[in-house]
Amino acid sequence: MLWFSLLVLIPLVAVIITASSGGWSAFASQLGNEQTASAIWLTIRAAVVVTLINVVIGTVIAWVLVRDRFWGKGLLEVIIDIPFALPTIVAGLVLLSLYGAESPLGLHLANTSMSVYLALAFVTLPFVVRMVQPVLEELDADVEEAAASLGASRFTTFRRIILPSLAPAIAAGAALSFARGMGEYGSLVLLSGNLPFKSEVASVRILSAIENDNPEGAAAIAAMLLVVSLLVIVVLDLIQRRMVRRG
Amino acid sequence: MSIEVTGVNKRYGDFVALEDINLTIPTGQLTALLGPSGGGKTTLLRVIAGLETPDSGSVVIEGNDATSLPVQKRNVGFVFQHYAAFKHLSVAKNVAFGLEIRKRPRAEIQAKVAELLELVHLSQFANRLPSQLSGGQRQRMALARALAIEPSVLLLDEPFGALDAKVRKELRDWLRRLHDEVHVTTVFVTHDQEEALEVADEIVVVNQGGIEQIGTPEQLYDEPANDFVMSFLGDVTTLGGALIRPHDVEVTPSPISEHSLEGTVSRVLRIGFEVRLTVLTDDGEVVTAELTRTHARALQLEEGVNVFVTPSPGAYTMPAPSPAA
Repeated sequence: MLWFSLLVLIPLVAVIITASSGGWSAFASQLGNEQTASAIWLTIRAAVVVTLINVVIGTVIAWVLVRDRFWGKGLLEVIIDIPFALPTIVAGLVLLSLYGAESPLGLHLANTSMSVYLALAFVTLPFVVRMVQPVLEELDADVEEAAASLGASRFTTFRRIILPSLAPAIAAGAALSFARGMGEYGSLVLLSGNLPFKSEVASVRILSAIENDNPEGAAAIAAMLLVVSLLVIVVLDLIQRRMVRRG
Repeated sequence: MSIEVTGVNKRYGDFVALEDINLTIPTGQLTALLGPSGGGKTTLLRVIAGLETPDSGSVVIEGNDATSLPVQKRNVGFVFQHYAAFKHLSVAKNVAFGLEIRKRPRAEIQAKVAELLELVHLSQFANRLPSQLSGGQRQRMALARALAIEPSVLLLDEPFGALDAKVRKELRDWLRRLHDEVHVTTVFVTHDQEEALEVADEIVVVNQGGIEQIGTPEQLYDEPANDFVMSFLGDVTTLGGALIRPHDVEVTPSPISEHSLEGTVSRVLRIGFEVRLTVLTDDGEVVTAELTRTHARALQLEEGVNVFVTPSPGAYTMPAPSPAA
């Protein structure tokens, strides 16, 4: 508990205290800044969209990795982890060279909000896959056969038997993916160009607040991100419990 | 005739799991598929259920050709060795699953579930999760779940295999009584001859992908078709070059017929109520005999004592296979 307090609680409380040092009105005005509000909004939007994509695609990838046999499966297993293993700034550089001004693919996403979505999708891909995969591996084949013998189609078996078993893992992966998306910096900072009102995200905004000697402003944004993340984790937990119960 | 299996073959690569199986299982009976592990009995059960597709041959259930029907359409109840419980659903929801799939009215489902839980003595656990039940209770839940869809046949794959000896025996008796109440055609797989002899109306002995013998427990025990069936259904020993059950060997201090053989007791093993005796005959044959504890005591049997061993009158014997076979 002491360890947890030192490591997690005290820094969190410090952020809240700094954010609230100027009182409620100062806090509100920091967030009311149009450029800040726009950056936070883009961050939330991108994190939500990317998390939703990961929930679907991540589950599908996990399914394919566990249930299918194909040539190159071992390679795919390794590739999935690359976004984890790669230092984020390196990921940013890779994305810049692929989708930047001199894109060999002819895709010019630099300085657009799309670049934020792309960078987040890249770095958060493994979360859901790696959470769901072990749970899927542990599922007993006879449970699915039992459902089939009782007349359930493959789809019904997936929806009523498999999905509820996976729900906690999907929710956990989604929470990680969302939290990562909310705070991501390194991978998107190069490609996005950090244009205010267009491709600037909350983490970049925090950095510029600090650079402009505005620690209260930085703390206010940080507190806001904290609240949103907390909210999303609670919502994910509720959804997951509901799914398990309803079966 | 409830289930007719004709000319079924199934291979996994080079391994022949089932070879030209022909089997008819009568309606309303409790049939055991008995055999050693890897002998093909579970594969046969899964072929009947539609969980496995045979390479050739046909399966007819209650007069309908089911060979190409998927498991969903066969209307079979299947019970797995490891329960296959839906872990996130309550006991009642588990039992209701098949009925919900069939979109029965809610009131009907509730009534049916209550009735089945009563039948398997789990009424007070209706709202528990499977993880809160013991193994025996979980298997009874699985049975109620399979019975809920009113299956044409009930198939059980080593249903008591994962349970400890005492619960196993209780559930075995209980299954027999349940079957007498419900009368659904039931096929269960087991490698335990005692279980098959005790519960089944009819036993099918399956070995190395083929059927060795089909018959009532008495027929199989008293008139085994071959030495495999004889030795699989109970202990056997050799006496005067013939296979015989150890409890059919009489041990006496003096010869009682011209078939009596003289020998020396080489080992006395006491197991609960019985005494297992190893006798080395003067011809060099090792004979095992089973006696009751009191009988053994009356004969004052101990190692080194000289005795005569004789087949009991009316005992079933068959020529022992040559060692090369």
